[in-house]
Amino acid sequence: MSADATKRFTETPLVRRKYREEAIAKWIFFAMSAAMIVPLLLILGYLIERAWPSLNLSFIVDVPIRGMKEGGVWPAFIGTIYLVFISLAVSAPIGILAAIYLNEYAKDNWFNRIINLAVINLAGVPSIVHALFGLGAFVYAAKFGYSIISASLTLAIMTLPVIIASTRESLASVPRSFREACWNVGATRWQTIKAVVLPNSISGILTGVILQVSRAAGETAPIMFTGAVFFKAVQKGDLFPYHLNEQCMALSMHLYTLSTQVPGVKESIPFATAVVLLGLVLAVNAAAITLRVWLRNRKKW
Amino acid sequence: MTADKHVEVQDLRLAYGTKEVIHGITFDIYHNEIFGVIGPAQSAKTSLLRCLNRTIDFSAGANVSGTIKVDGEDVRKVKDLYGLRRKIGMVAPLPVGLPISIYDNVAFAPRCAGMTRKSELESIVEQCLRQAALWDEVKDRLDSLGTKLSGGQQQRLTIARALSHQPEILCLDEFSIAIDPVTTMRIEDVLKELRKDMTIILVTNLTQQARRLADRTMFLWNGEIIELNKNDVIFGEKPKDKRTYEYVMGIFG
Repeated sequence: MSADATKRFTETPLVRRKYREEAIAKWIFFAMSAAMIVPLLLILGYLIERAWPSLNLSFIVDVPIRGMKEGGVWPAFIGTIYLVFISLAVSAPIGILAAIYLNEYAKDNWFNRIINLAVINLAGVPSIVHALFGLGAFVYAAKFGYSIISASLTLAIMTLPVIIASTRESLASVPRSFREACWNVGATRWQTIKAVVLPNSISGILTGVILQVSRAAGETAPIMFTGAVFFKAVQKGDLFPYHLNEQCMALSMHLYTLSTQVPGVKESIPFATAVVLLGLVLAVNAAAITLRVWLRNRKKW
Repeated sequence: MTADKHVEVQDLRLAYGTKEVIHGITFDIYHNEIFGVIGPAQSAKTSLLRCLNRTIDFSAGANVSGTIKVDGEDVRKVKDLYGLRRKIGMVAPLPVGLPISIYDNVAFAPRCAGMTRKSELESIVEQCLRQAALWDEVKDRLDSLGTKLSGGQQQRLTIARALSHQPEILCLDEFSIAIDPVTTMRIEDVLKELRKDMTIILVTNLTQQARRLADRTMFLWNGEIIELNKNDVIFGEKPKDKRTYEYVMGIFG
């Protein structure tokens, strides 16, 4: 009996099976995680390899020459930046404030349930539908014409529901007990939001907004219908080449036209354009991650 | 006698949706007494407190009827709701240090009420932290976060915050479930001091705590008052209701 007692923790077939299953499960999950970075590296590697002959800093600040067969992408680059910033300048404040209303103030009644439903469904609407809406609403009805302002507003409509959803999620991650503690000492909802809710959800809110930059920068359909143009003559390196009521070039649209509409383009140029677009998006995402890490380190519970 | 009533509850009913959890209770709380409320889980003790300072308004679907009067004023008709809440200090079961500095935790309520003078705020912060028996432990680090304190310290911080708006009624909702016995005893001593200045409503799961501290104790069960009586009756050999005796003695489920 005592001999048995010293061997209570021996391997039995059941134990061996558990170890085996554990190892297999861990390996599968790891392999799937690792598989995620393979496509990214392949895409990046392929693009950079093909783009290499054209890839240098002057490619960004140069203007296209010889019927866009050579030269750089400056008009498209600066156009994309215009579109992204104006659209976010519209959608971020509206989205964040609407999300605060929905999460902090709104009671659970039929009206607010409809708003919620609308937000969720808007987030799922394909971008080409937003494009048609933008065409009808901003270009024709509001008489903005084909312009940066129409395109930006269309992009804003497109990014708005996602900003609302991500902001609500960050707000909801602040424990309710914090709010109740504030209400109990006679704070209004606004005082509570200001003192406790916003400071602790701002990192998530900003991250959500910044991630929409990549979406706005990458979309082609909405701007193609509302304000992006095939070609626009712009000075090299000019920071303010467009008026808001003018059409502009944009990287995503430029990539599409170079690849499909212009014969005889130097082969590396579309790839280099793609790399610039991707680089812009990745840079913005990296900024978002940095910001989140920085703000999270200051997170307070 | 009426003038001495601090809180009057008349036929209070509370329903969440269609489920009624408080079935028409009536009782009074007198000035400067410690009023114990005991009862098992689900007996609507916390909901009762939430009706009192009207944080019940934040619960969707809560439906209150009957009246609660504080100093003769119906809480559901007050013009200054935030003033009402400041008049009632509330300490929740689980300690909540707000994710702001210790100083700001205590200064938050006065600031919300419009106090801006630094000297006034500082004296309130010190006084409240002293009253909550926390001052000596945190006086050198008032800038550090309220959430970084230990559980027992956070609970005392919660009490300091509840005192910071100079309440006339202090409600403690099972304040000791998350803290150790030594801290509990220290806070109980604090309460004995505070009762000189305010009325204290002590909701507790520990019948012995109500026995130690309260003047009168109310036994709530499933949203009804089983018995409300002086402590020596409730905890004595012959309370009016047999269920009280059994609950207090720990015989009853």
